[in-house]
Amino acid sequence: MTTVDDLVEPGDRLSAVRCDGERPLADLAPGARATVTRVTTAGSPATARRLRDLGFTPGTVVQVVRRAPLRDPVVYLVKDYEVCLRRAQAACVYTVRADG
Amino acid sequence: MSADCHDTGDSGTGAVLTDVPRVALVGSPNAGKTSVFNSLTGLKAKTGNYPGVTVARFVGTFRVGGRGYVVEDLPGTYSLEPISPDEQITVDVLDGRLENVPRPDALLVVVDATTLRRSLGFVAQVLARGLPTCVVVTFTDELTRRQGHLDVEALGQALGVPVLPVVGHRGHGIGELRERLAEWRSWPRPVLPPPADPDESDAWAESVLAFAGYRSAERHRVTQRVDAVLLHPVLGTAVFFVVMLLFFQTVFTLAAPLQGYVEAFFGWLSGLVAAHVHVAWLSGLLGDAVIGGVGGVLVFVPQIVLLFLLIALLEGVGYMSRAAFLMDRVMARAGLEGRAFVALLSSFACAIPGIMATRTLPSANDRVATMMAAPLMTCSARLPVYVLLIGLLVDPSVKVGPFGAQGLVMFGMYLLGAVSAMLAAWAFKRLGDRRGLVMPFYMEMPPYRLPAPRSVLVAMWDSSRSFIRKCSTIIMVTTVGLWLLLNLPLQSAAQMRAAGVDPGDATAVSSYVVDHSYAADLGRLVAPVFDPLGFDWRVNVGVLSAQSARETFVATLGQVAAAEDPEHPAQVLRSMTYPDGPRAGQRVFTAPTIAALLVYFAYALQCMATVGIMRRETGTWKWPAVAFTYLTATAWVMAYLARTITTMLGG
Ligand SMILES: Nc1nc2c(ncn2[C@@H]2O[C@H](COP(=O)(O)OP(=O)(O)O)[C@@H](O)[C@H]2O)c(=O)[nH]1
Repeated sequence: MTTVDDLVEPGDRLSAVRCDGERPLADLAPGARATVTRVTTAGSPATARRLRDLGFTPGTVVQVVRRAPLRDPVVYLVKDYEVCLRRAQAACVYTVRADG
Repeated sequence: MSADCHDTGDSGTGAVLTDVPRVALVGSPNAGKTSVFNSLTGLKAKTGNYPGVTVARFVGTFRVGGRGYVVEDLPGTYSLEPISPDEQITVDVLDGRLENVPRPDALLVVVDATTLRRSLGFVAQVLARGLPTCVVVTFTDELTRRQGHLDVEALGQALGVPVLPVVGHRGHGIGELRERLAEWRSWPRPVLPPPADPDESDAWAESVLAFAGYRSAERHRVTQRVDAVLLHPVLGTAVFFVVMLLFFQTVFTLAAPLQGYVEAFFGWLSGLVAAHVHVAWLSGLLGDAVIGGVGGVLVFVPQIVLLFLLIALLEGVGYMSRAAFLMDRVMARAGLEGRAFVALLSSFACAIPGIMATRTLPSANDRVATMMAAPLMTCSARLPVYVLLIGLLVDPSVKVGPFGAQGLVMFGMYLLGAVSAMLAAWAFKRLGDRRGLVMPFYMEMPPYRLPAPRSVLVAMWDSSRSFIRKCSTIIMVTTVGLWLLLNLPLQSAAQMRAAGVDPGDATAVSSYVVDHSYAADLGRLVAPVFDPLGFDWRVNVGVLSAQSARETFVATLGQVAAAEDPEHPAQVLRSMTYPDGPRAGQRVFTAPTIAALLVYFAYALQCMATVGIMRRETGTWKWPAVAFTYLTATAWVMAYLARTITTMLGG
C-alpha cells in the first residue's frame, strides 16, 4: 500500500521510485554504483547524445566518485575515466542499482 | 567521397595547396593531440583563426621522403555530433564544408590508451567518414604502468586500419608515424564499417577491445588519494585558496626583481640615447617613444611569462580541472562554468592571458562573456595608477580598525573589479544564451601527472610569444603616435622666447611644448565630455594617453607635475588648480575628482593590447568594438556616480 508519506516526497525522489527502482544518476550518493538504463532527451536531444558519447550508454556501470563542496557538480567514474557533470545533466541519465 | 578529389571550390588558395597532401588530427581533448602535432611539425606551426569564428586554428608542415605535408590540428572533441562551435569546425573540416579550408586527404585519430573504452565510439564515428584513417594510440606508457594491456597489432586488425602507438610528449613512435603518413594512399580501409547506430556501437567496441586483449588500466592510486584531499569539501577549499595565494605571490614577488632589471636596462638605454643623440626631437622620439614604449611593455613580460608558466604547470599536473570543479558553483552564479574561473583569475595579472585562456571553454557564449568580463579584473597595469590616486585621496596615517585606510580602498578597487566582472559576464551570458543554444556542462578529470617539462615550456612559450608579438607592435604604434601628439607641432626657440620660456631650461621647455601640443588641443577638445567628472585638460591628456596602456597615466601626470616642480611632483598634483574655465583657481584633485578617476580606470578599456588580442581570439572586430564601447560608457557613468556620491558625502 502506498502511504501519504510516499506521495509527498520531494519531486525527484517521486520520479525515482517509479518503474522498478530506476533512479536518475543525480540522486545517487557518492560511492554508489549503478547501471545506466537510458538517457532521456528531456533536456535536449543534443545533450542526450553527448552524454552517450561521454560513455553513459545503456548497460554501462557508473560509479559516483565525489561531490563538489556545494554538492554540484559531481564526479563519476565511467568507462575507465572520471568525468564531472552538473546535476541538470546527471538528471537525464537513468540507472538501476548495479549488482554486486 | 573519394579522398583524391579536391573540389576546393576556391581556386585562389586551393590551387597552391592541392598537390600537397593534407593530414588532419582529430581526437578528444587531453588525448595528446597537441604533443603529436608538435612532434610532427617541430614547433613551426602557424596559429590563426577559422574564418569568422572564435576558434583558433593550428596548421603546420612536415617533410618525409622528399615530400611536404600539411598537418592541421583540429579542435578536440568527444563526438562528431557537434554542440559547440569548435566541434562544428572539426566536423565541417572533415566534411570539406568550410570555405578556404580544403577537406583533409587523410586523418589521424589520436586516442588515449587509458580511455580506449570510451574513445572507440569516437573512432567509429571518424571511420564512418570514409577518409583514409590511421589511429594513433597515446599514453601507452601510462597504460603499462597502471597494469593495463593492449595489443596494438590486434587492435589494427580488429579496426581494419593502421594503428600506431606513440608517446607523444617524448616523440617515441613519431618517426614511424611519419613514414606511415608517407604511404597514406595505400592505407587499409575497414572491411566492414563499424556500426553507426550508437546502440550497437558499444557491443562493437567491446568486441574490438576483447580481440585486442585490452585490459583497462587500474585506477590511479595517487589520483584517488590526492583527490580525497584536494576535492574534500573543507580541506580542498582551503588548499585551493592556498594555491591561489601562492600563485599570486609567485607572479608578483618573483617577477618584481626581474621587472626591476628590465626597467633598469631600458633606463640605461634611454640614458645612452640622451647622452649621444643631440638632436632634441630625435632623442625624444627614440628615448621616450621607442625605448620607453617597448620598455613599458617588456616590463610586464617577466610577470606574464611566469603567469603562463604557472598556468601550464597547474594545467599539466591536472590541478586546473580540480580548481574548475571546486569553483563551478560560484561561476554558475554568473552563468559561467568552472573553467571560466581560470581565465578570470589570470586577468588579475593581465587581461591578455585571461582572454587567451578562454580558449579552454567549449561554449562560444561563455567564451565571449568571459572575454567581455576579463578587462574588468584589476590587472597589474592599474596598480601604479591606483597607488598614485589613492595616495592623493587618503592620508597614509588614517586607519579603519587595524587596517590602513589606503589598503582598504585598494582592496575595495579589487573587489569592485571582480564584482563588476561577474556582473558583466552574467549580462553577456544572458544576451548570448537568448540566441545560441545552452551547452551542457561536462569536464573530464584527468589523473594527476607529472607533466613533461617540454610540454610545459612549449605551452608557456607559445602563449608568451603571441603576447609579445601582439603587444609590441600595437604598443609601439600607439606610443609613437602619442609622443608625436604630445610633441607636435615643433616649437622653435624663437617662439618660446616670445612666450617668455627660456629654451635652455629643459623642464620649462617640455612643459611649454606639452601645453601647446596637439594632445593639449585634444585634451581641451574632449573637455566637455570629461568636465562633468571634474577632469581638467591635463588630466584629460593623461586619460587619453592612458588609452593605449594604463600605466602611462602616471608617467604623463608625472611629467606635467615635474615640469612645474621636479622635486615634489606629488605636492604639485595635490595643489594643482584649474587654469581657466568656471572652476579656475579651484583644486583639481579634490576627493570627488580622484574618486571619479579611480572608478574611471576601474572600468575603461584603456589597453590597446587587450583590444588587439580580442580581435585575434574572436576573429572579428565586432567584440573588441563592443567591449570598448560598453566599458568606456560604463566607465563614464560609474565615474560620474562616484563623483556625485563622494560630493554628497562631503568630500
Ligand atoms: N605519459 C604520457 N603523457 C603524454 C602523452 N602524450 C601527451 N602527454 C601529456 O599529456 C598532456 C596533454 O597533452 P596534449 O598534447 O596537450 O593534449 P591535447 O589536449 O590532446 O592537445 C601533456 O602534459 C603531455 O605532456 C603520452 O603518450 N604519455
